[in-house]
Amino acid sequence: MKILTTCKEASELLSQSQDRPLSLAEKFGLSAHLLMCAGCRNFGKQLAFIRAAMKRYLERGASGR
Amino acid sequence: MTAPGANNGDADLEQFRGYLMRYALLQLRDESAAENAVQETLLAAVKGRAGFSGKSSVRTWLTGILKHKIIDQLRRTAREQPLAGSDAEDDRSEAELVDALFVENGHWSEPPASWGSPERSFENRQFWEAFEICARLMPAKTARVFVMREVMELTTEEICKELGITATHCWVMLHRARLSLRECLDVKWFGKS
Repeated sequence: MKILTTCKEASELLSQSQDRPLSLAEKFGLSAHLLMCAGCRNFGKQLAFIRAAMKRYLERGASGR
Repeated sequence: MTAPGANNGDADLEQFRGYLMRYALLQLRDESAAENAVQETLLAAVKGRAGFSGKSSVRTWLTGILKHKIIDQLRRTAREQPLAGSDAEDDRSEAELVDALFVENGHWSEPPASWGSPERSFENRQFWEAFEICARLMPAKTARVFVMREVMELTTEEICKELGITATHCWVMLHRARLSLRECLDVKWFGKS
């Protein structure tokens, strides 16, 4: 049953969704996986947080330490 | 009230030095290289002041100049010392790190646990210390790609062109960078409570 997206693949797709538009098939595979997998849902949220943190890190510099 | 373009000397540009320095350091990882880039940026800004349209904020304008200076610097370094021999080694140890995060069937060896409301950590000074340490843990080449993407906000295509790598390679490196940063923050910060 290799039609299911694994966590490793899902993590790659979550990462790539920050860099390029995913294909329809990829989106389907990913959302199906996320429905069943709390670990990958957490990972997705954490990626968004990391992106925000990188921006925030610089903003901090602007207002001085 | 510092109207951009107002003729009040360069003091209003100086206030951005800290921000620019942080920006340059993330990418160049070298204090003196970063200082050079920032200095060149401020000089160019003073000279090019008349060209500032006032359509964007002063900081955005300065950051735009700095990006070019950083890319120039990166090109120079790339020419003088093409990414060195430790490369293959970095690549291997990074690949191993990723492998260790997953078991053979592609499941997480330890599924990521929730971080709750991580934004609260933004207010915490110690969080930023941990963040800085984690960001520096990445191998230089990975960090370069990551910062080009996340800080300089270049597209994958632009990064590929600049570094002469394929899009796939670029995505792999970005994925590794994010995994390693996540892992490190998890251990150093979020796992602690």
